[in-house]
Amino acid sequence: MSNLVEIKDLSIGYHNKSGKLIYVLKNISLQIKPGETVGLVGESGSGKSTLGQAMMGYLRLGSKVIGGKVTFAGNDMFALTPRQLEKIRGNKIALIPQNAGKSLTPTIRVGRQIIESILLNTSMEKSAAKSRMIELLGQVRLPHPEVIAERYPHELSGGQQQRVAVAMAIAGEPAMLVLDEPTTGLDVTTQAHILKLLREIVTKLGTAMMYISHDMGVIARVSDRVALMYAGEIVEDATAVEMFKSPAHPYARGLLQSIPRLSLAGIPKSMPGQPPIPGSLPGCSFAPRCPFVTEVCHTTPPDFVPIQNQARLVRCHHWEKVVAADFTQELKSVFHVFEHKTQDRPAIELKDVEISYHKPGLLEKLRNTPQPPATVSDVTLSVRGGETLALVGESGSGKSTIVRTISGLLPAKSGSIKFLYSDLKVAVDERPLDLCRQVQLIFQNPDASLNPRHTVAEILDQPLKLYFPQLNRDERRARQIEILERVRLDGRYRLRYPGQLSGGEKQRVAIARAFVAMPEVVLCDEVTSALDVSVQAAVLDLLADLQREHKTTYIFIAHDLAVVRAIADRVAVLYQGRLCEVGTVDEIFSPPYHPYTETLLGAVLVPDPESEPKLLASDTPELAPPAQGCAFQRRCPKFMRGVCDIETPPWRSLEDAEDHKIRCHIALDELSAKQSKIIVAD
Amino acid sequence: MTVQTQVSEQKIVIKRQSPLLETWQNLRRSWSGMFGLGLITLHFLIALLSPVIVPHDPLEMDSKNRSAPPSAEHWFGTDKLGRDVFSRSMVGGRVSIMVTVFGISLAMFWGGLTGILLGFLGGWVDEIVMRVVDALLAIPWLLVLLIIVSAFGTDAWIQTLTFGFTYGYTAIRVARAATLDHVTDDYVLSARARGERRRTIVLKELLPNVLDILLVDGAMNWSWMLLGFSSLSFLGFGVPPPTPDWGFMIAINREILATQPWSVFGPALMLSTLIVGINLFADALAKALGLDRSQGAPV
Amino acid sequence: MLALILRRFVLAIITLFIISLLVFVGLEALPGDAATAYLGQSATEESLKALREEFGLNAPAPMRYLKWLGGFLQGNLGESMARRAPVAEVIGNQFRNTVVLSIAASLFGIPLAIVLGVITGLTRDKWPDIILSLLAILGMTLPGFVTATVLIYIFSIKVTWFPAISMVPSDAPVSEILPNIILPIITLTFVMTAHILRLVRTSMIDVLSSDYVQMARLKGVPLLQVIFLHALPNAMLPTINVIALTIAWLLGGVAIIETVFNFPGIGKLLVNAIGDQDLPLVQGIAMILAGIYVGVNLIADLLTLFLNPRLRTARS
Repeated sequence: MSNLVEIKDLSIGYHNKSGKLIYVLKNISLQIKPGETVGLVGESGSGKSTLGQAMMGYLRLGSKVIGGKVTFAGNDMFALTPRQLEKIRGNKIALIPQNAGKSLTPTIRVGRQIIESILLNTSMEKSAAKSRMIELLGQVRLPHPEVIAERYPHELSGGQQQRVAVAMAIAGEPAMLVLDEPTTGLDVTTQAHILKLLREIVTKLGTAMMYISHDMGVIARVSDRVALMYAGEIVEDATAVEMFKSPAHPYARGLLQSIPRLSLAGIPKSMPGQPPIPGSLPGCSFAPRCPFVTEVCHTTPPDFVPIQNQARLVRCHHWEKVVAADFTQELKSVFHVFEHKTQDRPAIELKDVEISYHKPGLLEKLRNTPQPPATVSDVTLSVRGGETLALVGESGSGKSTIVRTISGLLPAKSGSIKFLYSDLKVAVDERPLDLCRQVQLIFQNPDASLNPRHTVAEILDQPLKLYFPQLNRDERRARQIEILERVRLDGRYRLRYPGQLSGGEKQRVAIARAFVAMPEVVLCDEVTSALDVSVQAAVLDLLADLQREHKTTYIFIAHDLAVVRAIADRVAVLYQGRLCEVGTVDEIFSPPYHPYTETLLGAVLVPDPESEPKLLASDTPELAPPAQGCAFQRRCPKFMRGVCDIETPPWRSLEDAEDHKIRCHIALDELSAKQSKIIVAD
Repeated sequence: MTVQTQVSEQKIVIKRQSPLLETWQNLRRSWSGMFGLGLITLHFLIALLSPVIVPHDPLEMDSKNRSAPPSAEHWFGTDKLGRDVFSRSMVGGRVSIMVTVFGISLAMFWGGLTGILLGFLGGWVDEIVMRVVDALLAIPWLLVLLIIVSAFGTDAWIQTLTFGFTYGYTAIRVARAATLDHVTDDYVLSARARGERRRTIVLKELLPNVLDILLVDGAMNWSWMLLGFSSLSFLGFGVPPPTPDWGFMIAINREILATQPWSVFGPALMLSTLIVGINLFADALAKALGLDRSQGAPV
Repeated sequence: MLALILRRFVLAIITLFIISLLVFVGLEALPGDAATAYLGQSATEESLKALREEFGLNAPAPMRYLKWLGGFLQGNLGESMARRAPVAEVIGNQFRNTVVLSIAASLFGIPLAIVLGVITGLTRDKWPDIILSLLAILGMTLPGFVTATVLIYIFSIKVTWFPAISMVPSDAPVSEILPNIILPIITLTFVMTAHILRLVRTSMIDVLSSDYVQMARLKGVPLLQVIFLHALPNAMLPTINVIALTIAWLLGGVAIIETVFNFPGIGKLLVNAIGDQDLPLVQGIAMILAGIYVGVNLIADLLTLFLNPRLRTARS
């Protein structure tokens, strides 16, 4: 059977401001058969997005094809006229974009945009198109399709928007779908549902798929074959099983070893260094970071050659050495659990905390209208000194809200928040300076949390001047260098601007800024989520290191449960601003589970192509917490009418595990009986 | 909030230097920007040096040579009182440039500071002040200028203050909008969470980021101010004669437009080249700073 | 949504009140009072006293403000000192004339600007854009009176196509006025179009590089359909506000154009009134012009509300 897609020696680049040619893709060769799903994996800067766009004959402004060819269904995509391209796009090959919200025209109703696709890409009549559109919306499992069709894009949730994008893409019954990180930014459970939907559609319609992502778990779940990209090149092309169980390229191996896993406790080993600019090195692009490197790697770029059963391709001089080691065995040894002691006394204590964004207006106060349920309610938590407590939950869970309230940026409506013996339920403007110093906050995106107009030195100087006014200039400078070295950055970084640093380096500066204050408690708001996978491990390692040295207490927000597994001591699971389950990491990851915890764990996609997620609850979005009863009532598979929607569930715990608490109406032994262990250690 | 797009691990391809140097290099790449800068510099030099280098005394009347067309002795000819148009055109910008340069500095300073404070503090003070500013903007600009000038006189320093005041309140709008844009950025939140004093946050965090926009807006406003000043002058409310001023020159020489067009075109050329130069420069500056080139209507 | 509309209305009215206050206070702050201002050099004790009596200037300021405000709300704008006639009467026809001029310029200029703006947005950095953008810059930067004078020189002196000065009496019917004001219309149009064109261009470029336009292209939508169905509606949204602002600017700048062409409009009247120091007249004109500005902005706001689905259905 001939290939649907044939990419041969494709190179794409652009000229920078000084006129120099910069490669984005170099010598890409790839084939896709009809009905096959290829997962295109790579970290930021690997060129995967550009490749996806090139498949459709699309180039970003300023880029051009330097060499090679992209053939789709026999058509040379870059040689077609615009009219011919229009005919193929949407019709034979369709794109499902990264951010559906931004990719749908804001001024046109959603249904009409799908109808537009139908009319352009099929021979259907206008009269028939409308009912076909409703049918498509139903196929992507959107409830009340007629209602959704009349909505504007901004009125839908992220998951709904993405489904609309899928419906729009399959409207033309294309032979191939290109998906560019379509589930980035969506909740774990939503993501699992959308992937399941995609698999079903693709199987039913026989569509080929190119799925682009940086998330190894997603790729494992969705792909038949995997192509791994690094610095603008494909370095390995293998089946999913081959790639994940015994990778042949050192980068693949290193990458898979550096991601936190749900099944293994501890922090994995991170790869040193950074990806180079594509085409900038004389030899192999990965040579500077490769543990298998020899002289030839620096001088001669390796060819992309078939190995083993000839269906597998690798770009490495030493692949035999890589395949020789037992990957699975090695994996276990790579994870190291870091030991650290925790104190008995609590560092942070929250009691019955309630936080609400809603501020009643004058009219409402006069009319005495009942207020909507609080954003966060009934939160009682205690974090011991030196411990890491993870706050886990999806969007709307309130985890960010709680952390911002602890740091004083948001007011708590009621309850008490204490740090040691000081009251934290005070706005940050009114806290004594030393209290501010003790509780530091690190944000998710270092692009946004570092002032682009300050040098690193100035960024670090701010807290120093604020908290230690007795230090003079030289002393502050010394401390800056000290803390930079502590976060494994050279002292020379002081004079750099954030724009000159990579993502991981910026986050380290943010961490340095927090630690230069010598705090007791550091609140980490998704601090690794925006970083590339291979860099996350290094940052986690750094945080663990600092904790061991300074006995810092962490409250760590993460939506990625594998990261939680790597770094947390105890975990609190939140849903719609209410606590569901609290316990140690081991307790949370084994039954009995709160039904939401079970749903969450079930939906996680692990980087193992042979495991399948369990979808236990629907992914209908929640607009607000329910007025009474259990927070999870509307989605819980174990919902009991008359109980769960009326009464707030009680806290239950097992006799031998007093600190493991689950908030559910169902007795714990009953829960345990029905639940099986979701995470199985390898 | 769930995961956003990934932060890139690659160092930026172009080796970035300090923002200042980078802006200058960007600017250098723009033909129009450099041309505009050249025009501005030329005008500054002329304004500075003209009293010394002009061929004729701008005030001297040559009664035998009235409304004469351009010649070797009078490059732009003479006006109806026999004065050399070229010399007058060279000198005619001095007051305009002086008043507007000081005026715009004043305007951006007080308007910018007020705008940032309003944006940062918010609350009912913000509401009230913005209502008043909106109302002020509703009154036709010409009217405000005319009233103040007709009341307080046309002395150059009074004019500076007038312009400084009236153009200040558009700066408030711009500064406030820019501040509001940035006040929710994480690095400002980070500073607040650290317990930094409000003054520090405004000066150290917000100001450097708002400064760009203020600079570009300041440049644009300068050209509007020149326009306004010359319009006032044209209507007779500007600098009193016999001091040469472009706007006024254009006005009085209109009567001999048919026979001696250069008596009008001379000053018109000078005025136009300066304003065009400023605009080109401001445009290029905005691009060099990476800012959105959205321009609203003038005051 | 009704709440939003109501809010806008209320705000507009509040703004008008503030304006009336500002204008009144501004004029009060001038040295002397209306009488001294008007009589100026030729003031004598008796003439001052008489004038003050006649115009009720002896009452305290708040009283005069309220009296004036009350009158204003009933349509009575006070009495002009220079012409000894009700302000409304004096303004009468001049106002209509300016409106004719402005509307003529707008009807011509706005659609032209939009079309040219779209063209320059589409042909970014190519010849049509370069030429048009250059012209736009000229239109935006050249002072109105310069443009007007140049146009007069070319079209009235060098070739006598159009009259330089409109010799029509102020109460002539519209049909007689129009042919005489071609040049002022062209001047105004030139300036207006320049401003709006630049904004439409920027807006168009922004929208054309947006994700959803890219998506439409990748869906196979033909180029023309993309432009008209997907890009234009979104590009127009921010333009509405600027068009309103430009019209408002027009109200200020039109005075100069009218002076150049000696057109009997409200702008020229204003300049004369200030020259005469006829404060009641100035006050009346100021209020009218400001009122128009507020009105136009309100309409623009409401239009934006109606046309932008995001604002229409915004959840609080």
